[in-house]
Amino acid sequence: MDNIAGTKSSLVWAVHLATAALVLLWVLPTIGLLVSSFRDRDQITTSGWWRSLFPAEQNIVYRAGDADTQRQDGPLWVIDGNVFDGAGGEVTAFGVNSRAPAAFAPGAEADLKDGVKLAVQSNGDYRLTAPAQFEGRSPRIFVSSVSPPRFTLDNYRRVMFAEGLGRAFLNTMTVTIPATIIPILIAAFAAYALAWMEFPGRALLIAAVVGLLVVPLQMALIPLLKLHNQLGIGKEYIGIWLAHSGFGLPLAIYLLRNYMVGLPREIIESARVDGATDFQIFLKIILPLSFPALASFAIFQFLWTWNDLLVATVFLGNNPDQLVMTGLLRELMGSKGGEWEILAASAFVSIAVPLIVFFAMQKYLVRGLLAGSVK
Amino acid sequence: MEQLLMAGGTIVIGVFGCVAYFFLSNLILDTLLPPRGADAGRNIARAAQIRPWLFLMPAVLLLAVYLVYPVFVSVWYSFHDSSGQTYVGFDNYSWLVSDSKFRESMRNNILWLLVVPAASTFFGLIAAALTDRIRWGNFAKAMIFMPMAISFVGASVIWKFIYDYRGDGQTEIGMLNAIWVSLGGQPQTWLTLEPGNSFMLMIVLIWIQTGFAMVILSAALRGIPEETVEAAILDGASPLQIFARIKVPQIWGTIAVVWTTITITVLKVFDIVLAMTNGQWGTQVLANLMFDWMFRGNDTGRASVVALVIMLMVTPIMIWNIRNARKEMR
Repeated sequence: MDNIAGTKSSLVWAVHLATAALVLLWVLPTIGLLVSSFRDRDQITTSGWWRSLFPAEQNIVYRAGDADTQRQDGPLWVIDGNVFDGAGGEVTAFGVNSRAPAAFAPGAEADLKDGVKLAVQSNGDYRLTAPAQFEGRSPRIFVSSVSPPRFTLDNYRRVMFAEGLGRAFLNTMTVTIPATIIPILIAAFAAYALAWMEFPGRALLIAAVVGLLVVPLQMALIPLLKLHNQLGIGKEYIGIWLAHSGFGLPLAIYLLRNYMVGLPREIIESARVDGATDFQIFLKIILPLSFPALASFAIFQFLWTWNDLLVATVFLGNNPDQLVMTGLLRELMGSKGGEWEILAASAFVSIAVPLIVFFAMQKYLVRGLLAGSVK
Repeated sequence: MEQLLMAGGTIVIGVFGCVAYFFLSNLILDTLLPPRGADAGRNIARAAQIRPWLFLMPAVLLLAVYLVYPVFVSVWYSFHDSSGQTYVGFDNYSWLVSDSKFRESMRNNILWLLVVPAASTFFGLIAAALTDRIRWGNFAKAMIFMPMAISFVGASVIWKFIYDYRGDGQTEIGMLNAIWVSLGGQPQTWLTLEPGNSFMLMIVLIWIQTGFAMVILSAALRGIPEETVEAAILDGASPLQIFARIKVPQIWGTIAVVWTTITITVLKVFDIVLAMTNGQWGTQVLANLMFDWMFRGNDTGRASVVALVIMLMVTPIMIWNIRNARKEMR
């Protein structure tokens, strides 16, 4: 569309700017939480995440090392160290009392009383010298500094091990993998029958599948929970696998049938003429050719089961053995509402896998969406 | 770990079981009605009548148990008391119409239905139109599409952080309050302020669904015949006119599909409300109300009635979809 006559260059700029604004609006929320997940609690509560990307200006009050750390250097007694305690930063000014906390430039020497002198370098190293031995409390040093952005992985360490997210991650995997694979096979056979076999009632069945596509899950919860409880699988993984398979089937059948109908008729008929049974045709011809549709549905079902909260809450318990990540995240939102470092890190652990799948398989996802909704 | 092994084992058993079922049932059919010998013709015809049902059986069974059976049982429960034992006639229905929380949920659901599909489709259309014109459009698309992969609960955490409120002279760390304060406002507790808080929740769903609308509409825009656009250019139409008068009218069908798909999602919206406000401060919606009565109220009768209302609201779309699908098959 770049070369359309009448497209003015000012309009091209407007398009670029508008797109950039839209993209920014859409990614900023996620980036905000992502950045916060790498900051410690003090940083999160004292400054907005958008400041963390820039060097932070701080005023530090530092008490020089104790008198017993002093050593003798020629005629002088010396206490030295670093005002940042190794955390890094750059001193822009320092002072020796609260009235003039920025009286001296880094590298200068300040005179305290009784011949005590203090020098602070820009890297934070300080050196306190005196003609006589230090006694009692050491003097305070007032430092204005610029410290570089600082990030930590501690939040992730904490949520994975102390908050039980590692276990929840395994639980989510346990739910997701079978719940993705089982419906594919069942749906593939059904889709083949609906696409390529002639039998009375076929049109009705297809209509039923289309209708079931939109049945709200809420309908199914109470009756199925009672049924599962009667069968003794009320709070078992097998129950949630079956539930997810059942709920995913209409979309699976619909997507796969639409795809299979589009496969060339000649291939299937020539295979029939050659004496292949339906079972062979399905296994050796249809299934391999339908790979794109299978992949599309697999991604849908994976994202849906991984991100699901409702079905897991109803069909699984909330003990550590069965609590999935979305459930845990919700519990954390309730119990640790203000502890954003925990929430942010947990949220990112739970959305990392879907995001990876999303970016790696976007092509199939888009294809599936198009097949599933455009008619 | 042992759990994953169990899951792996289940996959193997499940997959193997499925394949074994299909293979064995076919084998049995072929042995009972061999396609050779004296009755070959009759046998083949009969087997061809039975075979589709062998292929369909597991799917039909699962669909029947997990999606059809519950509809009927829910209707049955809706006429029974909280434990599902005693018949109470229309009590649950009359409770429903007089319940203030239900009216609040209905009002909110209708608001959601008006705002979210419209806003998502609108932003999706704009995003599709913009990204199709520039070279880095695919990157932009991926970024706007990305929230689709994020769970509703994850999205709730992301947005709750934006709406965060500190107050008491502390630094505002929520983006919305930070912007609001820098514009000279007082920090607000956005999620408890009626009636704006419902819109704060809607924004989350709009943020998620816009990418979906964009992807579908972008494909539709690309499918528009070049000639119509070229003719408009020759007639001197401006790019905006081309978009509004030539392109959009040609994709009304797709816009309707996107709209209804998002409408269905909206009717079922649950996680966002549960995680962000739990229906407090006037933000209750039907799906969360149903969940409330199911788990906290422990009342299958009332929960079923609410579920039926959701089902009822979906039904027109269901019928419309079925009619479209049948039209297309002919």
